[in-house]
Amino acid sequence: MSFKKIEAIIRSEKLEEVRIALEAEGFVGMTVTEVKGRGTQKGIVLEWRAGEYRVEFLPKLKVEVIVDDFDCERAISAIEKSARTGQPGDGKIFVSPVENIIRVRTGERGDKAI
Amino acid sequence: MINAGDTAWVLISTALVIMMTPALGFFYAGMVRRKNILSTLMLSVSILALISVQWVLYGYSLSFGTDHAGLIGGLNWLGLNGVGQEANAGYAATIPHLAFMVFQLAFAVITPALITGAFVERISFGSFLLYILLWSTFVYAPVAHWVWGIGGWLRNMGALDFAGGTVVHITAGISALSMAMVIGKRKGYGKTPMEPSNIPLTVLGAFLLWFGWFGFNGGSALAANGLAVSAFVVTNTAAASAALAWMVVSWIHKRPSVLGLATGAVVGLVAITPASGFVSPLSAIVIGAVAAVISYYAILIRTKSGLDDSLDVFACHGMGGIFGALATGLFAEKAINSAGADGLFFGNPGLFGIQAFTVAVVALFAFIVSFILAKVIDAIFSLRAKEAEENIGLDIAQHGETAFS
Repeated sequence: MSFKKIEAIIRSEKLEEVRIALEAEGFVGMTVTEVKGRGTQKGIVLEWRAGEYRVEFLPKLKVEVIVDDFDCERAISAIEKSARTGQPGDGKIFVSPVENIIRVRTGERGDKAI
Repeated sequence: MINAGDTAWVLISTALVIMMTPALGFFYAGMVRRKNILSTLMLSVSILALISVQWVLYGYSLSFGTDHAGLIGGLNWLGLNGVGQEANAGYAATIPHLAFMVFQLAFAVITPALITGAFVERISFGSFLLYILLWSTFVYAPVAHWVWGIGGWLRNMGALDFAGGTVVHITAGISALSMAMVIGKRKGYGKTPMEPSNIPLTVLGAFLLWFGWFGFNGGSALAANGLAVSAFVVTNTAAASAALAWMVVSWIHKRPSVLGLATGAVVGLVAITPASGFVSPLSAIVIGAVAAVISYYAILIRTKSGLDDSLDVFACHGMGGIFGALATGLFAEKAINSAGADGLFFGNPGLFGIQAFTVAVVALFAFIVSFILAKVIDAIFSLRAKEAEENIGLDIAQHGETAFS
């Protein structure tokens, strides 16, 4: 009984595609957070009244899904495929171990709570 | 004889111009960082409160009261004593004197509010109020008297300023320059990004300014007549022409932003202000477009210079006002307004000379007096907010509130 947390930083406009792809694989629950961040592309240049200014952090979404170890690769590939455009700024996926899961309503633990 | 139509138009125009001061607050607030949105709004709306009282107590009298040596109005209308429901034939023969007074009040309010764009995000609020009160007394009142007051020396010389290119925009734009020099850069300016908090707020403010400007320029005819309509039409035309020109220039450079177009519109409105009662719609197209190009490059040059005139009051209002005043000397036609004069392009080079002289005198006067006021206040009270207040943001640090929950 072990679980993984998948944190995917994605383009804001890709959220619906990612949700649909995850749901198609049977992953219904997820948490979405508005975040700001930067990758190798760094920030973005925007137009001022005359000339430009640089914004160093871009708005992104972070999607968190907790899955059984066994399902992990399936969830990751669903996100990868649905979030990819091929352009810089597609984001990153982080995977880390989760010790336990507790369902607040019933107090169930572990794989009963996932 | 009081004329009902004239009075109604001047009252509506007054309300339009009063609206421009909060509109300016929104225009500016959208361009500052989110920690200073309320502080920036406060600068404009507190001036509406402060100068509305100052004008009634002594500002109007000092500007428009009985002339002393062409330099300043007398104290004969202190507390609006003698300013009543009857007309004052010298200023406006067909509306109550009180209507002329309150129309002028709206201008006295918005002019110092324009300056605030130079020192947003770092001004100490108490020092600011003192600066504005002294500035209105020692810069605005004399210049308004020189150009608009009966007996004023520049008025007698034949200087034309229909709605305030010189009295409003040059004084504000030049004083902004002096304030930016004295107060210094925002912390981190040029090193860390300063993201505008809310461009839609700025766009809303800009187009409310456009709307209010019909009162500003159209109302300056002080009557509901053909001249008011002419001023109304050239105002809209110059704003549109400048907005288009700004859009084209920024498109050539890279991309046409709505922030740029809105800025262009305001610059066109500034430039047409002194000319609005004297020029044709075709001249207005030229005036607006040229002003936009001048101010666009003035912003680029100012940015390179490192001077933190944060919202480019000098580039937009100073340069726009100077160009508008000079353009009045080129494009004015007696055919539009028989009480005006012909400009250089209509066979009278003398007017251009008078306009150029007026620009130089007013710019120099505004710069020197504003600079001295800023230095004196800075020495006694410090113009700047404390460093920690600036870091936290003036909304919380000076006003105890936040724009968003």
